[in-house]
Order: sequence, then C-alpha cells, then structure tokens
Amino acid sequence: MIRTRLVAQRLAFLFLVGCFFFNYPLLSVFNRGGDFFGLPPLYAWLMGSWLALIVLMAQVVEGKKD
Amino acid sequence: MLQGWVIVLASFLYLGFLFAIAWYADHRADTGRSLISNPVVYALSLGVYCTTWTFYGSVGRAAASGIGFLPIYLGPTLLFALAGFILHKMIRVAKANRITSIADFVASRYGKSQLLGGLVTVIAVVGVIPYIALQLKAVSNSFAILSSYPEIIMPATAGAVPLFQDSALYVAMILAAFTILFGTRHLDATERHEGMVAAIAVESIVKLAAFLAVGIFVVWGIHEGVGDIFAQAAAVPEVARRLATADSPAAYGTWGTLIFLSLFASLLLPRQFQIAVVENVDAKHLSRAVWMFPLYLFLINLFVLPVALAGMLHFQGAGVDADTFVLTLPMAHQHEALALFVYIGGLSAATGMVIVETIALSTMVCNDLVMPALLRLPILGLAAREDLSGLLLEIRRWAIAVILGLGYLYFRVAGEAYALVSIGLISFAAVAQFAPVVIGGLFWKGGTRDGALAGLAVGFVLWAYTLLLPSFAKSGWLPDGFIAHGLFGIELLRPQHLFGLTGLDEITHCLVWSLLANLGAYIGVSLQRTPNVREARQATLFVGGAEAAGMSAWRGSAGVADLLPLASRFLGRERAEDAFFRHARERGLHSMEELPSDTRLVNFAETLLAGAIGSASSRAMVASVVTEEPLGIDEVMNILDEASQVRAYTRELEQKSLELRIATGELREANARLRELDRMKDDFISTVTHELRTPLTSIRAFSEMLHEDPKIDLAQRTRFLAIIVSETVRLSRLINQILDLAKLESGRAEWTVAAVDVGEVIREAADSLTVLFAEKRVMLDLDQCAAGLSVMADRDRLMQVMVNLLSNALKFVPEDSGCVKVGAGGTTDEVRVSVTDNGPGIHAADHEVIFDKFRQGSGTTDVLTDKPQGTGLGLPISRQIVEYFNGRLWVESTPGSGATFVFTLPRQAGDNSQTAHEDAAAGQGPKHNDN
Repeated sequence: MIRTRLVAQRLAFLFLVGCFFFNYPLLSVFNRGGDFFGLPPLYAWLMGSWLALIVLMAQVVEGKKD
Repeated sequence: MLQGWVIVLASFLYLGFLFAIAWYADHRADTGRSLISNPVVYALSLGVYCTTWTFYGSVGRAAASGIGFLPIYLGPTLLFALAGFILHKMIRVAKANRITSIADFVASRYGKSQLLGGLVTVIAVVGVIPYIALQLKAVSNSFAILSSYPEIIMPATAGAVPLFQDSALYVAMILAAFTILFGTRHLDATERHEGMVAAIAVESIVKLAAFLAVGIFVVWGIHEGVGDIFAQAAAVPEVARRLATADSPAAYGTWGTLIFLSLFASLLLPRQFQIAVVENVDAKHLSRAVWMFPLYLFLINLFVLPVALAGMLHFQGAGVDADTFVLTLPMAHQHEALALFVYIGGLSAATGMVIVETIALSTMVCNDLVMPALLRLPILGLAAREDLSGLLLEIRRWAIAVILGLGYLYFRVAGEAYALVSIGLISFAAVAQFAPVVIGGLFWKGGTRDGALAGLAVGFVLWAYTLLLPSFAKSGWLPDGFIAHGLFGIELLRPQHLFGLTGLDEITHCLVWSLLANLGAYIGVSLQRTPNVREARQATLFVGGAEAAGMSAWRGSAGVADLLPLASRFLGRERAEDAFFRHARERGLHSMEELPSDTRLVNFAETLLAGAIGSASSRAMVASVVTEEPLGIDEVMNILDEASQVRAYTRELEQKSLELRIATGELREANARLRELDRMKDDFISTVTHELRTPLTSIRAFSEMLHEDPKIDLAQRTRFLAIIVSETVRLSRLINQILDLAKLESGRAEWTVAAVDVGEVIREAADSLTVLFAEKRVMLDLDQCAAGLSVMADRDRLMQVMVNLLSNALKFVPEDSGCVKVGAGGTTDEVRVSVTDNGPGIHAADHEVIFDKFRQGSGTTDVLTDKPQGTGLGLPISRQIVEYFNGRLWVESTPGSGATFVFTLPRQAGDNSQTAHEDAAAGQGPKHNDN
C-alpha cells in the first residue's frame, strides 16, 4: 500500500533509478550502432529498462505488506 | 465495403455503445453498486492520457526522430513512481476539500481566491485548445483517408476546404453534442461522473487492442518479426537514420525536457487531474495504478517504432504522412476490417480525450470564471434567484460547445503547420505552468495568492509569446516577421530565441524561460509577505494533509433555514435536501430541522456547494448568508497559526515536564522513605541505648552497694551477685542479638544452606531449653511433630528461630500449669511448624506489632521487671530468618486462650534466597534443583 512510508520511499527510489536509466549520460552508453538481438541497442535498452522498472514498481506495491 | 456511410454508421454505433456503457455505469452507481470502484478500472481510465497523439502521432514522431516519441511515456511512468508522495497527497487533499478541478485546487490552496481560479481556467482553456484541435485533425483526417479507400490519398489542408465541407467541423459538432450528453445530464454535488469513467476505461481497452492489432499485423503479417523490420530498415540509408539515435547534447537536453514535461502534464492536464484525482473513488486504487498505468503505456508503445519503420519502408517517397501509417498500412494491404478497427481505435482515443478534457474545462469555466462573474453582476439579480442548477448546466453546455469551437478554430488557423505531436507539446508546455503553484502548494506553506498569480501570469505570458504566437505565425495567421526579427524589430525579443538564447528546440526554450520566470515570481512574490489568515489556513489543510482537514474557518453561524435554500439554488431542491438529510443522519439526528446552527453545519454547506460551483464561489455564497461574528477572524486565525507552530513545541515541553513531575514524585517518595528510615534508626538507637542502660544501671547499682558496704551479710551479697551475673548475661545476649539483627538487615549474615530435618531441629531446641522448662515446671509437648520433614535452610538459624519461639512461649505461660505444644507437618510444597502456649494470649491489634523491634505485647510495658528475659528482638530476628527462606511467620491468638506462633518454610529454596545468596558467603548459597 502506498500509505506506508516504506513503500512510498521504495517507489521514490525507483523514481531516481528511472531518472538515471532514461537520461544522459547512461543513454549515450547505448547510443551506438550494432544490434542487440536484432534491435538497436538504445531502443532495446529503453524498452527493456522501462519494463524492468514497471516490474519493480509492481513488486514494491503488490509485494507482501510490511 | 468502406464507403462513407459505413464509416459514419460504425462511428455512431461505437458512440452509442459508449453511451450505453456510461448509462449502465451511472445506473449501477445510483443503486450503490459502483462499476468503477475498482483499481483496474481506475488504472484503465488513466489511459485517457493516450490520445490520437499516441495512437497516430507517436508513429509520425518515430518516423521523424526515431525513439523521440518515448519520453512522453517515460515521464508519466516516473510520476507514478512518485505517486506515494504527490498523487496520494493530492487525492487526499482533494477529497477532504471537495476539489472539483485543477483550477479549484489552485484557487482553494491560495485562500479560495476567485481571481486565481479564473486565471488557471484561462490558462487551461487557452493551453489545451491546441490539444483539442489535434484530436479534431486526427479524426477528420482518418475519416477522410479511410473513406477514400482503396486509394490512399492524403486529405487536403483544412484551409483549402470550404468551411461546410470540412469534416473536422462536423467532427467537432458531433463530439460537442456527445460530450454534452455525456457530462451535463445532471449536476453532481461531487462533480464525479461514474458513467464517463466507465466509458473511458472501455475506450482505453479499445484503443490498446486496435493498436496492438496493427502492430501484430505489421510485424508478423507484413514482415517476419521485429528483427526483420530493423534489418530491412538498416539497409535503407534514409530509414536507417531514424534508427534510435540521439546525436548531440542538445538532443539529450530535449529528451530530458520532454520526460520532465510529460511528467507534469500527466498530472496537471485538466483531464488527467479529473481522472486521477477528482474521479478517484478510493485512494487505495492508486497502488494498483502505480504499475498498471505505466504498463499500459508500455504496451501501447511496444509497436510504435516497428510500425513507423515499416511504414517508411513501404511508403518510401509516396508522400504519405507518417502520422497516418497506423491506418494506411492496413489499407495498403487491403485489410478493410483492420483498417476500420484502427479508425475506431483512433476515434476512441480522440473521444476519450475530448470528453474528459472538455467536461473538466467546462466545470472550470463555469465554476471559476462565469459563475463568479455573473454572481457579481447585480443587474442580473442572480444572487436572489431561486433555482440556479439549471443555469449551471446551461453554462457548462455552452462552455463545452465554445471550447470545441475554439479547438476547431485553432485547427483551421494553425493545425496544418505542425505534426500531431508538436501541437500536443504546446499544450503540455502550457499546463506545465501549473507545476510550481500546485507542487509548491502541496509542500510549501509560504506560498501566497499574490505569488501564485504572479508566477502563473508571467509563465503564461512567456508561454504564449514563445510558443503559441509563433505557432500562429508559422501558419501565416500572424505576420512571421516577429519570429525572425523580434517584436518591434528588437532582436533580443525574438520569441524563439528570447534574449539571445539559442541552441535549444522551441519547447525546451519555452520551458526554460517560462518555468524559470514562473517559479521565480511565485517564490519571490510569495516571500514579500507572510501568508494571510485564509492562505495560512488553506496551506495547513494542503500541506499538513488529512489530519488538518475539518478545521473550521467559520466563526459565524447560520441555520438550515438559510443554508438549505442556498444549496437548493445550485443543486436543485431534491439533491440539496437529500444531502442535508444525510448530514443530519451522520450527526445522529432524525431530521434536518434538528440541525443546530453551528460552524459545522456552515462548513458542511460550504463543502457541499464547493462541489457544484467551486470553492471560491462557494465561500462567497455562504458568506452572504452566514453572519460572521465581528471580532476579527484574522486575529484569531493569526493566533491559531502561531499557536499551531507553538503547539508542537508545547507538547514536547509538556512531555518533559510530565517526566519531571514523575521523577520529582519518585524523589519525594524516596526522600520520605529515607526520613522514615532515619527516624527509625534514631528510635532504634535510643531504644537500644535504653535497653542497654537498664541492665547496666542495675549492675552498677548492685556493684556499688557491694563496693561501698563491706559489711553486707553473705546471703545478701550472694543475692546481689546473682542479679549482677543474670543482668550481665542479659546484657551480652542483648548485644549479641543487636549485632545479629544488624547483620541480618544489612545482608551480611552468613548462611549455610543444606537439607535440614525440621524434627531434629525442634528436638534439639527443646533439649537446650529443658532446664528452663523444668525450672518453671512447664510441660513441653513434642508429640505432634511428624518425622522426616526436610527443608533447604540454614540449620543454626532455624535452631535460633525455634529457640526464640520456645523461650518466648515459656515467658508467657503460667508457672506450674503452663503447657507448650510444638506441632510440625508438611505438604509437598512446604513445612509448617507451630508453637502453641496457654498463656494470656495477644490482642489482635498487637499481632503485627510484636514483630517490631523492641516491641512486646501490650501489658508487658515494664520490660525489666515483668519480662526479665525478653529483649524484644527475638521475634523480629526470627521473622527475618524465616522470610529469608521465603517462609512466613505469624501469630494466631485470641486473648485469654493462649497464642500459636506458626511458621512455614518452602521445601525448595525460592528466588528470594537466590538474590540474597549473592550476599551470602560464596559457595554456601541454596542449591536449586529446579533451574
């Protein structure tokens, strides 16, 4: 539940993680040619880390209440 | 198959279907079985964020800039990661204050200012109009393209089509009619629209399904998977350039700006605020939406880039607008049904946005702009009109029509110059101006109405100058000279390079200036003065959260007779009466006539009205009937404000002083105990001194007599010497006992604990006293002593107890006929020993006293003559010993029939002796078998 401070703080931590994932300078690491399982690396990174972030957020709010 | 009439029919069938859902949801809500009170529905309805911008425009954006479409969806994802801090708080605050729109929210936060509510409304309407135009453009284009099937022809620019042949006009009219039907059928006191939310949730499913269908068709129907598309794209240089590259620091800057911008937009757009905050049924639903809404965004974007690339590959150089790929790709492959489905999906995306946005805006226009103005015009006499609820609905209907009209106008004027996404971003930048006052208002108590007005005004003007006006100029509606050369030809005032700032894209450029100025003005002007009373109160409500809600701002009172007619005028008689009746029931009353004229009732009425006409108007209306008490509410509130700051401090002080009081009490008690002990010690010493002096005096007296008179005869001399000897014995016994008692009491006594046979101890004690018993001719009966009773104790000490009790008994029994009986028995737990005499007995009052030091039973005051053998210490010492072994020693007696001294000892030495054992000689403590 969002009401508990711990969950809210865990989510806020994911916010910071997301800010790092989705922005310069990390993006520049993936901004190059070549491919990653047939996908451009930057695209693969963004979609992959986005989905991972959503899964983590789901785990935080739906995980066992404490 | 795809003739115009088929498409029109499908459109109307779909709209009818939505209407049926809304009707059903409203019906369910009326019967108390809400359809939308469900976290999944809540998360889906948030999907209203995805409009035709997403549905058609994302692909266009991707075709132009690769992954450039993504930040618009990453921002909301990040916002929901902050849900616990921002959204949750907003929902709680909005519910507590019956906030009905974002204008209401801002107005209410800064002291229920009508001016501020009006300004927010103006910004929202002006800012969102391009966004509505975007929907009209998308729907009319998709209709035009689809109806030209099987050919793929881009629609002519709107300006070139005569007004009444422009399908966008009809789209706007139909949407207006549909929204009016949807949103303004009746007036709801809470401004919530269950039916609308249910329909929006369904629309979210439809548009997602349609987009996924296209994506799957393109990826696996036309191509052989995602890898195939990327491989083909990489082979075509023109397309390959779009492959996921951000190639300069400025591109990263734009990217970051868009994330930031969309984060705010997904919170502050009127429709997002409406769905996320106002229509929220239960704040708990938010926790599901935290991941479900981002997941929705993820899914709807999953195929954007593949579709864009496939479209570019397919339509290379064919002049097909990338914004239409979603529709034109199925058409190009002759998939009519899919194309129609896509069209319906796009219609879903557009209608969802238009319905919620215009309903939210119309509420704001009505509550925060038109009604306050009308109520101020005395000519209209509105303040006196009986029923205004019809008027309210009328205003909202007109507002919806006007807003869609303006949207259409913008579409005609400027719509063609931009791609879908670029139009939308203009609106995003406009609502981002709300961020400082809204977020600041939630976390900073110092913001004032003036600061909010200044910030919003400056931000809005800069937004209009750097983004809105250039959009007009680019479409030729304004002379474009001012873009190139600046206002009045001043270079520094070039709207897209304000003050010479270059190197940024127009959105980032606009945000840098407008938000900087906005934030600066908001904070700077706010800090010019301390918040006044009303602002401070609202700040407490918003920043402090729910616990502060329920604070009353009214010092005056008004009765049901005044407030009910007032509410009826805006809500209609039936609804108002219903609400008042429910309020009365909540307060445990049977009818609303019983409601007292108190501040609580006034507050209730104000919140009730706020739901219908906004907090600022509501306050003004209620103020007109409430007779506030004259003495400055301001002063009182000032005091309260200071008091609330001091309160926390005071509470701390109170806590401390309570602790101090407790400590003081304990100290006082300890002191009293010490004084008592001190007094007892003094008493003890004086008694001891007295006890010692008595035998000493008699020894000295007899010795002096013998010394001074050598002629005393032998018999006399012998008698005197016998007394001296006996007194000396007595004195030494007394001293021994005092030393013994002192040892016991200080815990320095030595104990040798072992298994002791009680019967043996009794016999030994009796033996040692045989002579004394014989002298006094007293019978000693040991017949009732059971054998084999064993306890853990110190043998010598136990002996001492027995001797004490026996000699005590001997003292009191009559000579010749005296009789002392000793009994001993036991249970599994304890051993019980009794010593019974047939002496005079002891008064009940003395049963405890005799165990005090130097105290003996009443009637024995003259210690020296009557009880020459008593020291008054035997019983206290015995009790100390028995209690050391966790036993008890007491007396049972009725005066005239003897006394029985009883003591018990547990068979196992208990805890008490364990602690005392620490004082005892090492290794000589009691042995514990049980632990």
